[in-house]
Amino acid sequence: MTSQRLWHFFGGLRLAGHKAMSMKEPVKAAPIPKQLVIPVQQHIGSAAEPIVKPGERVLKGQMLARATEYVSAPIHASTSGKVVAIEERPVPHPSGLPGLCIVLESDGEDRWKELQPHPDYTELDPSALRNVIRDAGIVGLGGAGFPSFIKLNPGPDNSVDTLILNGAECEPYITCDAMLMQEHPRRIIDGLLIMKHALRAKQCIIAIEDNKKVAHTLLVNALHEHEAEFIKIVQIPTIYPTGGEKQLIKVLTGKEIPSHHLPINLGIICHNVATAVAVADAVELGKPLISRIVTFTGELLSKPCNLEVLIGTPFSDLFDFCHYQPKESERILMGGPMMGFIIPDNHIPVIKTTNCILVQDKQKTSRPPAMPCIRCGRCADVCPARLLPQQLYWYAHAKDFDKVQDYHLFDCIECGCCAHVCPSNIPLVQYYRFAKTEIWAQEREKKKADLARRRHEFKLFRLERKKQEDEARKRRKKALLQKAKDTGGTEKDSKKAEIEAALARVKAKREQQSRQRKNVENLTPQQQQTIEAVEERRRRLRNIGTTESTDKDSD
Amino acid sequence: MAVLQSSPHTPPQNSVSNMMVAVLYALIPGTLVYLYFFGWGTIINMLIALLTAVACEALMLKLRQRPLRPFLMDGSALVTAVLLALALPTLAPWWLTVIGTAFGIIIAKHLYGGLGYNPFNPAMVGYAMLLISFPREMTAWLPSGIEDFTFLDSLRYTLFEVLPHGRDYDSITMATPLDLVKTQLGLDHTMEEIIGNSRGLFQQAWGWINLMFLFGGILLIYMKVIGWRIPLAILVSLFVISTLFAIPDPDLRPSPWFHLFSGATMLGAFFIATDPVTAATTPRGQFIYGCGIGILLYVIRTWGGYPDGVAFAVLLMNMAVPTIDYYTQPRVFGEERD
Ligand code: SF4
Ligand code: SF4
Repeated sequence: MTSQRLWHFFGGLRLAGHKAMSMKEPVKAAPIPKQLVIPVQQHIGSAAEPIVKPGERVLKGQMLARATEYVSAPIHASTSGKVVAIEERPVPHPSGLPGLCIVLESDGEDRWKELQPHPDYTELDPSALRNVIRDAGIVGLGGAGFPSFIKLNPGPDNSVDTLILNGAECEPYITCDAMLMQEHPRRIIDGLLIMKHALRAKQCIIAIEDNKKVAHTLLVNALHEHEAEFIKIVQIPTIYPTGGEKQLIKVLTGKEIPSHHLPINLGIICHNVATAVAVADAVELGKPLISRIVTFTGELLSKPCNLEVLIGTPFSDLFDFCHYQPKESERILMGGPMMGFIIPDNHIPVIKTTNCILVQDKQKTSRPPAMPCIRCGRCADVCPARLLPQQLYWYAHAKDFDKVQDYHLFDCIECGCCAHVCPSNIPLVQYYRFAKTEIWAQEREKKKADLARRRHEFKLFRLERKKQEDEARKRRKKALLQKAKDTGGTEKDSKKAEIEAALARVKAKREQQSRQRKNVENLTPQQQQTIEAVEERRRRLRNIGTTESTDKDSD
Repeated sequence: MAVLQSSPHTPPQNSVSNMMVAVLYALIPGTLVYLYFFGWGTIINMLIALLTAVACEALMLKLRQRPLRPFLMDGSALVTAVLLALALPTLAPWWLTVIGTAFGIIIAKHLYGGLGYNPFNPAMVGYAMLLISFPREMTAWLPSGIEDFTFLDSLRYTLFEVLPHGRDYDSITMATPLDLVKTQLGLDHTMEEIIGNSRGLFQQAWGWINLMFLFGGILLIYMKVIGWRIPLAILVSLFVISTLFAIPDPDLRPSPWFHLFSGATMLGAFFIATDPVTAATTPRGQFIYGCGIGILLYVIRTWGGYPDGVAFAVLLMNMAVPTIDYYTQPRVFGEERD
């Protein structure tokens, strides 16, 4: 059980943990706030679509917004109350941009909707399980927020050998997973068993950093004897970012997931420990994901702690609950110091991926102005993706987006190791994010332009074809006339033939049009809107196309 | 660019100036040996070079409208000055030092874009320029162990090029061991004769100097200010190539140890070639870069026109760095091993 061979990954950092301060007390439940602000996008993928209206009363656990596409997740009411608004609000996102939120006023009764538990998960087949998990709105709780049911679907061509539960929690200060493992070890294993069933995985590994000895012991104790045959609980060295999916897989299996590949390609699936608990709650109790554990910590707080928080609770409510008053000299992050981001507004809500709220002293954690890169190579020594951050920086700085991709920009996991050690204090990750966003934008533009070009080419083709057809028709007509003359037949015949042909053409055209129109009737206003939007885009594209063609002409 | 400051939000771990200061400290033992064997000349050169470097740096920052404070504080100009001064002969007139330093800082560093952008090592550019333009002055080494050449004598010579009464230039200067070996071998003497004839103390001085720079360099590696790859590659390649040539002709070729411990070998390997800005930056690239320097060093010393080749070897390899770096990118995580 413990004698598991381990590998190690290149680079990384041994960081001071700062974890003990928030682990002194058990997890406390934060109170139900008066108003909850629930963003419709808390996950990777497309935003959920509201299915409630302002003024509507909702019960705890009731779905507020439904998943729109495959990669999406529904949103539920974290408590009972009344929807008071559906509008743009500040949301926790690195971009600092606002997002659509459902604003819920709690009635204080906290009344559940009727739940549909499945006490025996083995009765459900994997696909039914996935539906339950999908409808519960479960996303990866480790930080990325990828809809979990997708990662519980190996697809027809893959079989899962190893299911890994990630309890590494490698970022300093964050302890929500550690607390969960200490307080609910059995729930984690329950969830793991369900996931294993859904994936038909052969074996499972729960990985815990070796700075969480207590959590490890408790989990081992919670494991039933027969389960130990297929579940290993493994301690791994505490090196940041060992909790990164690819790094963790390397440590546990020695395998490296190539870029643009997924773990499933190697028969491995990775989930977070908190996700496992959410899965257990969703399946066995029928409860959707409406709360999570959040670490509220930092040296400046009198009592750092872990809180069980309803999704949608504004940060400011938590501050009040913990008697904390933000000061000018302080900075509040969502997430840890290595990968977290500064929150734009103290009223932004806790979302499914809020693992930590960290209060920092601005002065102590600010870096002096960046100096030029002296190419010292320290960044490359610590990069777990084995990139050359200095070269990436050089080309990102120069906006040479081809070169920056030559140097594997998209393999960067934004772990921040490079910027952490850089003696010139260059905000390297910021440059990489910038370059990635730019490249995405360019690609979108390029796709648009390609489309416009294709349209233009098609137009030319159509004109050409029309010309040819016209000529062909003229020739045909001439030939018919000629024939009529030659055979000495009446003009009437040829005229008749022509009329018939024309009628046939008209008929064909009409048929075609009716075929095209078929879907256009009985539209909902929303569909109508979408169509209009599409038309508008098309018009714009056509404009692009024409300007492009004039460009070409002037060449 | 972005409005919000981006992660990581951690206190600064290190700074360029810390690294440069560490380099300066690591140079102290070697410098003290200079002082012991060659008198005050080098120290005086160093002071002149430092003043010139700071003045030029400030001037160029001003002209280029860069903030003075952070860039003057980074200490890179000081390191350039000290390295150049250590490479100059003990009896260098003041203008030699000033010209070399100014050339290094203004032309080789700032005209290429300043710290981080210069492709060539500024100290070595300054040195090479002087060697080409003023060959006589650049070889005026005081023999070690002249106790009666005082601080004032040195200063007087540096400032006014006046020698103490009763001495003339040729009688007090002498070639470095590398130089000596080269000319004597050219005159068909064997190694044994040359070593036997040359003044022991003088050789000993260079041995000690190299030993101290080796010590300082190892310290820097230990403190993780420089990497180990480049120095190791230089020393190993120099050792191997000089052994290969010395085995068949021990009488005509200096031994590998002689190469390792004379001239600027250790200074070059640990302090000059490791200048991060101008060195290769990928791990494999650093090996190639270091081996290139070691081999060129031997080639220049043995067949070239100059007694020592550190400056030219480093500059030549500086030129190759962009290519080396491009073709030696490490295997990215998940990429097939080749
Ligand atoms: S650590 Fe900073 S200064 Fe050093 S090579 Fe990397 S980016 Fe450049
Ligand atoms: S942020 Fe990207 S480049 Fe920097 S160390 Fe992490 S993976 Fe490497």
